Amino acid sequence: MTLLVALGAFGAGMLGALTGLGGGIIIVPLLTLVFGVDIRYAIGASLVSVIATSSGAAAAFVREGYTNIRIGMFLEVATTVGALAGAYIAGLISPNSIAVVFGLVLLYSAYRSTRHREEHRSAGPPDRWAALLRLDGTYPTREGPRAYTVQGVPAGFGLMFIAGILSGLLGIGSGVVKVLAMDQAMHLPFKVSTTTSNFMIGVTAAASAGIYLSRGYIDPGLAFPVMLGVLAGALVGAKVLAGARTQLLRMIFSGIIVVLAIEMLYKGLTGAL
Amino acid sequence: MNHPGPGSRWSDEQVELFIGNLLRYGVMTAAAVAFAGGVIVLIHHGAATADYRQFAGEPAALKSITGVVAGAARLDGRAVIQLGLLLLIATPIARVAFSLVAFVRQHDRMYTVITGIVLALLLYSLLGPK
Repeated sequence: MTLLVALGAFGAGMLGALTGLGGGIIIVPLLTLVFGVDIRYAIGASLVSVIATSSGAAAAFVREGYTNIRIGMFLEVATTVGALAGAYIAGLISPNSIAVVFGLVLLYSAYRSTRHREEHRSAGPPDRWAALLRLDGTYPTREGPRAYTVQGVPAGFGLMFIAGILSGLLGIGSGVVKVLAMDQAMHLPFKVSTTTSNFMIGVTAAASAGIYLSRGYIDPGLAFPVMLGVLAGALVGAKVLAGARTQLLRMIFSGIIVVLAIEMLYKGLTGAL
Repeated sequence: MNHPGPGSRWSDEQVELFIGNLLRYGVMTAAAVAFAGGVIVLIHHGAATADYRQFAGEPAALKSITGVVAGAARLDGRAVIQLGLLLLIATPIARVAFSLVAFVRQHDRMYTVITGIVLALLLYSLLGPK
């Protein structure tokens, strides 16, 4: 079983890297639907793997200078408060309700992953909050550092709170909502929003992981093969991504995610989990 | 490794480099400790399968930091894995703690407060009353 779980986690990590959704959102349905693992153990194991992949990738991104540490730090106030709230909510509602919420988030993620990401060029007056918090920055391009300004800080902060709740409730990184907040609300360049989102995921997940550990949701025999599998899968996935026809892959994998979503919803609604 | 030198004000680039290294070595150490625990489990128990269908929760010894450390000191395989996972959870927290020190040294009062709030929330989650 341990070996099969590790192999499954490897697949989830690869899928997560290829779709840009992250491993956590695939590992929980995989463990509960395919391996019959209780969703609480699955969430605990997923959180651990989310911290591993996010921290591993962030190590490289931060050094390349794309990550905006001030934006990350400021928005982490919203995601950590949200994550603590999410972890408490998870203790109050039934596993079946968690499965239903999970199914809905999966459906939304599949929808987002097939849509073309639109890069906003910041126009309009500079945001008051962005100026106060000194969020504007630069990122490296081939022609040298390029400056960008930040918009919609209150809206981004609010969306980050929601991302935190989902992360704490479902044991996922909530990268989809984080990127949405930074692309759509705050109008950050792609490279900056992707890497800063990833940078924040580890801290967000750590905020609820402490609570899950003390509740006994994190089992070493399950979390360990999951962590190693997802980490290896994410590394391979990132390599494949460099030379693949991503549009086709995305369509295929989004199909898989829709199937997982429907099954999570069905099991949750019929009380079969 | 290019450590920010003592006495000087750290530049953003130095801080980024140090954070990158902190995250990398944190994950590597955590994975190595967990792997060692996995080897101990295999030696003692072979590939015994556990049941995760029914949620029972972990025993008290694997739920608290003191319990995990005590178990790992006895070289109990499951506790050693759990120690690795605990180190993994601690990695982003250490990153925030380092950011706090960096903002203090940069005399950045606003971000010292912001980072202090995040660190307090993280420590509350890990150490706070349950």
